[in-house]
Amino acid sequence: MSAPDRREFLLQTGKLLVMTAAAAGAWDYVIAGEPEKTPNYDAAAHWWAMIIDVDKCIGCGLCVRACKTENGVSLDSDCFRTWIERYEIDPDDPEHPHVSSPNGGYDGFPPVTKEGVKTFFVPKLCNQCADSPCVQVCPVGATFQTPDGVVLVDKEYCLGCRYCVQACPYGCRYIDPQTNTADKCTLCYHRITRGLKTACVEICPTGARYLGDLKDPNDAIHEFLRTHKVHVLKPQMATHPKTFYNGLDGAVR
Amino acid sequence: MAPFASYEHLLRLATLFVVGIALFLGVRTLLVPDDYGLLGPYRASALTRNRTKPIAFAGQLACVDCHTDVAELRKGNAHERISCESCHGALAAHAADPAVAAARPDGRKTCAVCHVPDRSKPSGFKTVNFAEHAGDESCVSCHVPHAPRL
Repeated sequence: MSAPDRREFLLQTGKLLVMTAAAAGAWDYVIAGEPEKTPNYDAAAHWWAMIIDVDKCIGCGLCVRACKTENGVSLDSDCFRTWIERYEIDPDDPEHPHVSSPNGGYDGFPPVTKEGVKTFFVPKLCNQCADSPCVQVCPVGATFQTPDGVVLVDKEYCLGCRYCVQACPYGCRYIDPQTNTADKCTLCYHRITRGLKTACVEICPTGARYLGDLKDPNDAIHEFLRTHKVHVLKPQMATHPKTFYNGLDGAVR
Repeated sequence: MAPFASYEHLLRLATLFVVGIALFLGVRTLLVPDDYGLLGPYRASALTRNRTKPIAFAGQLACVDCHTDVAELRKGNAHERISCESCHGALAAHAADPAVAAARPDGRKTCAVCHVPDRSKPSGFKTVNFAEHAGDESCVSCHVPHAPRL
């Protein structure tokens, strides 16, 4: 192998310095509390996805509370961008699992003490479908998929017709009682475009959630998807969700 | 009869078409927002509006940027991977201006958020009957939350 050519060395060092400076520059804005001024986010270079590790969820409700705090979601008991469901499956009647989500899990769950019941928590949120029914039905183009794969709502353009609320097979949309327009999980678009994790991923104490970038070849999401048996919710709907569930029970809908 | 003898009919029809199309294009220009369709069938400015909302959670990196001592204390123990803001709450205001005080978490309720017994929790997750284990005593009397092993 030949010694690195001086020109090549200077070029690479220069590139590294410029890239580090850019990252540091973004970080300065975040620290200063003005992250919206962070420059240079190339949406086309990302394709966001989420992994939910069902076996790690303890139903503490921190994600539900963090989501409402971060996004200013109404505290109404029917407004959730993410929520937790608890499944209780009686082995004598496995076809009819009992599913509960008191206030979306915002206040945690009353403990299950009954023996012999299969029970577990499942966090839910917008699946960020690649072929999203909610985007297809919007009559005015107020909901759309961004170039980085996030389904967003243009709240000032939304008529509040509720077609999208009915179209979502996962029940992920609600009507914001303040504006009377549709709203949903934005995958914390204001955070991920600034290099931060989503609020729910940030605060999950057991690491049951992971935010990944499918367009980044170095992201750990590729290794996870290759080495785990993951599933998506309602694949028969052909919505091609980008929220993958690891260890998902067949009873979960 | 010569062809197109009464061509005025056609002229009227054509005029009607031209006026109609012009009217449609004019009204459409007025009604469709300028940035509609730049990226797809939506207003491109909606992306910026979604991006520019303020954050509430500063993120782990912002915390350890200053609190290196706590980060050091947490190394290698069971709570190492838990974000500071899981227990301490949303602290973007504190990260932006350290003069804004961060509230101290309750030494028992905060622990109970995760560690109350529940059969729905994954096996292996450590839970404890608080009343049996400690009575009314605060958890932090014996346990150090940043290094939870006794």
